[in-house]
Amino acid sequence: MASIEMKNIVKQYGDGYPAVNDVSLDIADGEFMILVGPSGCGKSTLLRMIVGLEDITSGDMVIGGTRVNDKAPRDRNLSMVFQNYALYPHMTVFENIAFPLRLGKMADDEVRRRVIEASDVLELKDHLDRKPANLSGGQRQRVAMGRAIVRQAEAFLFDEPLSNLDAKLRGQMRTEISRLQRRLGITTVYVTHDQTEAMTLGDRVCVLRKGKIQQVASPRELYEQPVNLFVAGFIGSPPMNFLPATVEGNNLMTPFGPIELDEARAAKVAGRDLLLVGIRPEYFEDASLVDEAKRPVGSVFRARVDVTEWLGDSQYAYIPYEAPESITAQLRELSRELDSEELRTQAIVSIDSTSRIREGREAEFWLDTRKIHVFDPHSGENLTRDAEAGAELTRQATEDRLEHLEAARGRQDGAQDGQSGSRGGATAVGAA
Amino acid sequence: MSRKEKIWWWIGGVAIVVYCLFPIGWIVALSFKSAGDLNSGDFLPNGAVLDNYSLILTGNASDLFLPALVNSFGICLIATAISCLLSMFAAYAIARLDFPGKKLVLSTALVVAIFPVISIVTPLFNVWRQIGLYDTWPGLIIPYLSLTLPISIWTMSAFFREIPWEMEQAAQVDGATTWQAFRKVIVPLAAPGVFTTAIIAFFIAWNDFVYGISLTSTENARPVPAALGLFSGASQFEDPTGAIAAAAVIVTIPVVVLVLLFQRRIVAGLTNGAVKG
Repeated sequence: MASIEMKNIVKQYGDGYPAVNDVSLDIADGEFMILVGPSGCGKSTLLRMIVGLEDITSGDMVIGGTRVNDKAPRDRNLSMVFQNYALYPHMTVFENIAFPLRLGKMADDEVRRRVIEASDVLELKDHLDRKPANLSGGQRQRVAMGRAIVRQAEAFLFDEPLSNLDAKLRGQMRTEISRLQRRLGITTVYVTHDQTEAMTLGDRVCVLRKGKIQQVASPRELYEQPVNLFVAGFIGSPPMNFLPATVEGNNLMTPFGPIELDEARAAKVAGRDLLLVGIRPEYFEDASLVDEAKRPVGSVFRARVDVTEWLGDSQYAYIPYEAPESITAQLRELSRELDSEELRTQAIVSIDSTSRIREGREAEFWLDTRKIHVFDPHSGENLTRDAEAGAELTRQATEDRLEHLEAARGRQDGAQDGQSGSRGGATAVGAA
Repeated sequence: MSRKEKIWWWIGGVAIVVYCLFPIGWIVALSFKSAGDLNSGDFLPNGAVLDNYSLILTGNASDLFLPALVNSFGICLIATAISCLLSMFAAYAIARLDFPGKKLVLSTALVVAIFPVISIVTPLFNVWRQIGLYDTWPGLIIPYLSLTLPISIWTMSAFFREIPWEMEQAAQVDGATTWQAFRKVIVPLAAPGVFTTAIIAFFIAWNDFVYGISLTSTENARPVPAALGLFSGASQFEDPTGAIAAAAVIVTIPVVVLVLLFQRRIVAGLTNGAVKG
């Protein structure tokens, strides 16, 4: 177990294209770090540079206090789960999991003990004699994880490990990975393009765009205090709505009527011309279902609903709006960058599932204005970000993590008390 | 496919099979004919006899045939083994590594493969006599390598390219050296390719006639195809047709056996499920 530090990491391909551009990132010992971003943002390249499968053009990669830039993958003692699992088809499940141990020339009975232990954790015991080709997708995934956890690696690296599974299995494996990581308390770097995985798994999430870090923060901070338009649009599903707005005194004039800002935020946006207001779907509500007590903190507007989607536990309504040409073009550009294809300017609003708002009709909506963000449409910068509140959220998450880690290591030390001194000793040093 | 189309496909298929197998059937039939029956003009022998086989296996011609059979097997197997091993390394490098001159190696291999053997055999004959390789096993193994290596490198590198990169990278992350990754992961996965290559290489060596007849003079190293050409009849008025036919059948047997033995190995999609199912 070790921390991973990246200092000004650059990866330039032969044609001069920088896939990863000046990335500096510290991953603490035992932390679960997510690298997320749309395809082509350099997240996989970064992961492969950590593990050593990709050369580093410039910068320092430090794992556990040692610079590893020039070390071969096998000397870095990291374990990795590949997107397509990369199981060895000619070996049984047992031999697949045992492979790293066999390479380390470990004694046979020790290999057996460790493999059985790992297969217990992953519930693979019944499949040890089968070949990977005969396993289901989820089982293969678990074998790949078994191969990763069987030896005492400094860190786990996951490269989109769930993208080949169907939706249901993906949910299950996600919790499984989370549980495993908490239990073993091992530094983990996890690459994904799926923001749900990023939000649910990570202690901290690093959002990348075109090889550059946009924001590194806890999922909560990313969600509530995004640093720019890109992060705001990427995190959250359905995505944040961006409405064009102009400033008039303390009011933002939007297609959905005026939105009143508090003094602090009004000061930050004063004197600007055209702006984008970011409003999450759940900040909206069917006006007829809003508590009288809550009503004053928001504004009410009328709009025609285009489509509604009723999902049982929630309901979404789509409200089209008019936007200036320049904003429309920009939003389209953004959505393309986020791997989605938004064709029309419409707001997605989440309303109570009992709401009787029907499509094609005019309806009255209420909008909670307390948590909205205002973005500069040109630079994409979030003008109303409260850095302190955001940092506080991440600090809390870090505290939670350390508490978990402490508990996990306590358990492990307890479990190893009866075993050989060398390994228990190593863990104790790591935990200290 | 309609019924009519199906019938036409069948007719076409049978016609092709008959066309291909007719010469083989003919030579098998010939090999069972007695000396007097050879020119009868019938396709099937009038009463099958084993005279021809006993002639080449135990009779007069056995001195010529049996040592040649041993030579052929020995030389071809050694040439195949060496060419498989060498081409495995070469193909791995071509499939996996980026080095200057990669294209040159591949195109040179192709040039060597299509270079007419007959134009090189005379100088080779002189050189071999000078350096003492004439009429020896190595004297045939070396030219056979030049025949088998190019095609082996080409087929093998096609197989190596099919193996997902991740396999090897996973092995490296798991702690394997490049050599260990090659030996424990890549080679087992390429096994069907290795077998296919080995069989192709063996056939090429086995079928060679020009080198065999030119670079040997005695039973020290003379391979079967050359020996067949030296069969003679009982008298100068008699053709050794029957004996040649019998020898040809015997020579074909190992080839057929090899294909039948390794057919499954060749076809087996060993990488099935390696990536994703």
